This record gives sequence, C-alpha cells and structure tokens, in this order.
Amino acid sequence: MTTNTQTNIIELKNVAVHFQTSDRQVDAVQDVSLTVTAGDVYGIIGYSGAGKSTLVRVINLLQRPNQGEVWVNGQNLMTFKPAALRAARRNIGMIFQHFNLMNSRTVFGNVEFPLLDLKMSAAQRTEKVNKLLDLVGLSSMAQSYPSQLSGGQKQRVAIARALANDPQILISDEATSALDPQTTTDILNLLADVNRKLHITIVIITHEMDAIKQICQHVAVMDQGRLIEQGSLLDIFGHPQQPLTKKFVDSSTQLTPALQEIKKSGLIQPHKQNLIELKFLGNSAQEPIVVALYKKFQVEANILFSNIEQLQGTTVGIMLLLLNGTNENINAAWQYLQQSQVEVKQIKYSEIEVD
Amino acid sequence: MSQFLRTWFPNVVMNWSGDNGFVQAIYETLYMTFVSAIFAGILGLILGIILVITDTNGILPHAKFYNVLDKLVNLFRSIPFVILLAVIGPFTKFIVGQTIGPTGALVPLIVGTAPFFARQVQLALVEVDPGVIEAARAMGLSPWKIIYRVYLKEGLPELIRSGTLTLISLIGLTAMAGAVGGGGLGNMAIAVGYQRFQNDVTFVSMILILVLVFVVQGLGDWAIKKLEH
Repeated sequence: MTTNTQTNIIELKNVAVHFQTSDRQVDAVQDVSLTVTAGDVYGIIGYSGAGKSTLVRVINLLQRPNQGEVWVNGQNLMTFKPAALRAARRNIGMIFQHFNLMNSRTVFGNVEFPLLDLKMSAAQRTEKVNKLLDLVGLSSMAQSYPSQLSGGQKQRVAIARALANDPQILISDEATSALDPQTTTDILNLLADVNRKLHITIVIITHEMDAIKQICQHVAVMDQGRLIEQGSLLDIFGHPQQPLTKKFVDSSTQLTPALQEIKKSGLIQPHKQNLIELKFLGNSAQEPIVVALYKKFQVEANILFSNIEQLQGTTVGIMLLLLNGTNENINAAWQYLQQSQVEVKQIKYSEIEVD
Repeated sequence: MSQFLRTWFPNVVMNWSGDNGFVQAIYETLYMTFVSAIFAGILGLILGIILVITDTNGILPHAKFYNVLDKLVNLFRSIPFVILLAVIGPFTKFIVGQTIGPTGALVPLIVGTAPFFARQVQLALVEVDPGVIEAARAMGLSPWKIIYRVYLKEGLPELIRSGTLTLISLIGLTAMAGAVGGGGLGNMAIAVGYQRFQNDVTFVSMILILVLVFVVQGLGDWAIKKLEH
C-alpha cells in the first residue's frame, strides 16, 4: 500500500461571487469547488468573461466571495483579521497580464519592493534581489526602468517580484496573454522551472489551451461562472466531455479545422463510411497501426491528418485515416482496431460542420 | 543703465526700497505664496488622498464619507475668491488675529486653494495604474503603505504637475488678496500703480509676478523631467 502524502494547499468550497450593477446582479462565480494539491500546476481555462480572474482573486481574498469557504494551507482565510490576511497574502505570489510593475522604480527596486517591510539588512535584501534576478535571467537589467524592457522581460521582473516573499503558491492571471508565442513559451518554461526547483504550487488562468498543455498537471474548464469539467491534463486532453472542453482541445490539436478542410476538398465520398479517427495514449502510440492494417487485412490507410504531442511525458496522438479496401476487409480491420490499445471512432460525413 | 531706469521707470526707482517699496512687496508676495502653499499643500494632499481611497474603487471605499467630502470640496471651490476673503473675515481674525496685511491674507488663501489642490491631487492619484495597486494588495501591503509607497511614489510626477499648476493659480490669488489689503505686488500694482497713474509701477509689478510664475513653472517641469521614466 502506498501512503498518500499529497496535501491540499488550496481548497475552495462552494464559492460564489456576485456583482451588483445598477439594474441587475451579475453572477461572476457560481458554486465553484476546487482542490489544488501542493506542488501541482493547476490550470483554469475559459473564455474571457467566464469568471476566471474573479475566481483566482478569491484565493487570496482580493475578492471576498459572497458565499463559500476559502482554505489555504488548512486555514480558513475568511476568518482572518486584516493583519493576518495580509501575512497570508505574502505566501501567495501573483503575476498579471499587464505585469503591473511600478514605473517609478528600477527593475531592482520593483523586486526589492515586497521586501521593504521585512526585518532584513540592506545587504541581505540586495543579495536576495540579485539571486531572484539571476533566477529569471535579468541580472544585467537591474538598473533599468520597466519602460525600457520588453513584455517578456517585464513579466520576468514580475515573476521575480512575486517570488521575493518565498511564497508557497503562485497565481498567474493570464500572464502570457499579452506576449508573443516564443516569449509565451519562455515564460511558461520559467514557471515550470519555478514549480520544479522551488516546489511552488502554481495556479494558472488562461484562454489558451497551448499554455495549459505546456505546463499544467490538472485542468479545470470554466464557463459562465461555473467549473464545467476538471481532471488531469491527460484526461481532459484525451477524453474531453463537455462541448466547450472539446472546443479548447480542438483549438490545440487543430482536428476540427482539418476535418473541415477534408470535407471542402471533396476527398471523401459521402456514402462511404470509411473515415476514422484514431486516438493514441501512452504506449499505444508506438504500435505500427497503418502497416498492420495493410499486412493483415489488405486495407490501405491513407493518413489525412495526424498530430502527436508529449503531455507530461505521455504521448498523445490523433490520426485521421481514410480506409481503402473491400467492405469485408474494412469491417475486419474495424474489429481489429476496436480490440487494440487505440481508441477508434468513425467520423460521420454529415457531422462535419463547414462554415 | 541707471539713467535708463530713471528715465523710463521713475516711480519704480523712487518706490524701490522703503516701507512700501518694491523690495517689501516682493517679500510679501513670496511670504503669502509659500506659507499658504505649505498649508494648502498639506491640507489638499490629505483631502485628495482621502477622496481617492474612499471612492468606490478605492482601497478603503466609504460611499457616505466620500460623498460629503466631495460636495464640500465642490462647494468651497465654487466661492469666488474675492467674496471668500470677505466672508471668512471673522474666522481669519480668530485664527491669525488680524484680517489685513500678508498674514491676514493667509487664511483665505489657504481656504481658497486647498480644495482646488485636493481635486488636483485626486485626479493625479486616480491616474495611478489600478493594476499596480492590486499587485501591492496581493503582496500584503497595508492601506497606509499602499498610499505612501505606491500612490505617492507612482503619482509623484503628476502630483508635481498639479502642484505647479496650483502654485501658479495661488500666485494669482495673492495679487488679488494684495489688492484688498494684503500687501505684496498686487497691492503695489493697484494701490500705487493704477490709482496714482504710475503706469511704470503697474508694469514692473506685472513683470515681477510673471518672473515668479516662470520660475515656478520651470522648476516644476525640471522636476517632472527628472522623475519620469
């Protein structure tokens, strides 16, 4: 028997947040419960307006919920007095889409900022700031002002600042949404490093599946204030349940656009049901399916589309095959595929929506 | 040079020193400007900060308090300065013991300027990026520390811009206060220059006030340039 040493570092219980506008009530977050274990990288994905930003602000009570409980490190933050809450917030670093650096302070000054109230000598502070700048790779820019930096560099400064208090948790609020793809990858790699080397639990919110795919271990999908689906990255990516989740997964695998292209090209005939989708998870990705189909059943498999990626060290592959052979052989091949390690699904021509 | 001055500015030369001379008037104008600037500055800064933090989006929102203060600031800003001078006469006497002379002008100058500056401070601090304020809250800073480490630090260039503007408008008010018994260059221009038809005195009074305005503006611009990154 293995002992489960995972501790729940963040627990939100039935959290709801409403905003009152002049003529109506906006339910930004409705009955959300989620648990993040220590050391996890937890992603929350959703379109803008889904309530993600409001939800993560509940974790450090920048946004006090109207209902529900907020537990961090086994303590109910809702019961904390202001001074205790401020101390608890120092344990939760936060980075933002627009970096939120102070323009009046240098890079060094911005990273030093959270340390100003600690009982530290100036020399100790300098040493700590230099260490943090080294970690994010910006030692040479210490005396620059934020206005002289690129977006990616600004976010690195923000990460160094967020880490200054040695937090256990780091919240990333759309931190890569204002950055170009290459810089996004660099920043996500830095966050993955922070998670691995410093053992900091990270909660990421984003609208980009690619960001989730790159570093998250667990994912929650948020829509109109509710969490509609949550699970491990492999579960969500391999077996999305909700239509919105499928849409996000699609946006990353590009499967739907590929199907649309195939339909438009007239490559397949509507009456033949010989277009199939294969999904590989883990080791099954190594089986030589296409070769087997031909050798065993004389079925020619034309690969129309394929996408293979590594998620958390596991291979996830999607392939669209157009099967060519006698009906009998195709049926036999179909039986074979269903018994294999691979998930197989027939694509109905009429179900492909072309806009 | 002195011949030139005697020819073109005879009354200025005659009135330069002495009890009611230019030197005394310059001193009085500077005294009124800077003493009231210090008090109105502190008062306006405090009121402006309170307006920013008690606003609905502020760090310590308090709707009722904000509304009352907001209305008061508007009320005092709406009273024409010449009328304010007269209306608060008894209050002035109570505070500084006299209603004439440069010291008697201080109270109305402060009461007239502080609400104006409070509004300027509010506008300057509202400009501070709300995201930076949120980041500071997320770091666990207390409201007091957010005020002086974030609002005042980030808003400093804008505050100096507002301060310069307020100081220049204050110099204008000292001239008006001077004309009704406060002394200074305003008194010089009206009581001596205008009423005795000594146009050279009026002209030089104006030039001296303009020099003061340009110096203040120049110092303000220089400081802003130094501070903005």
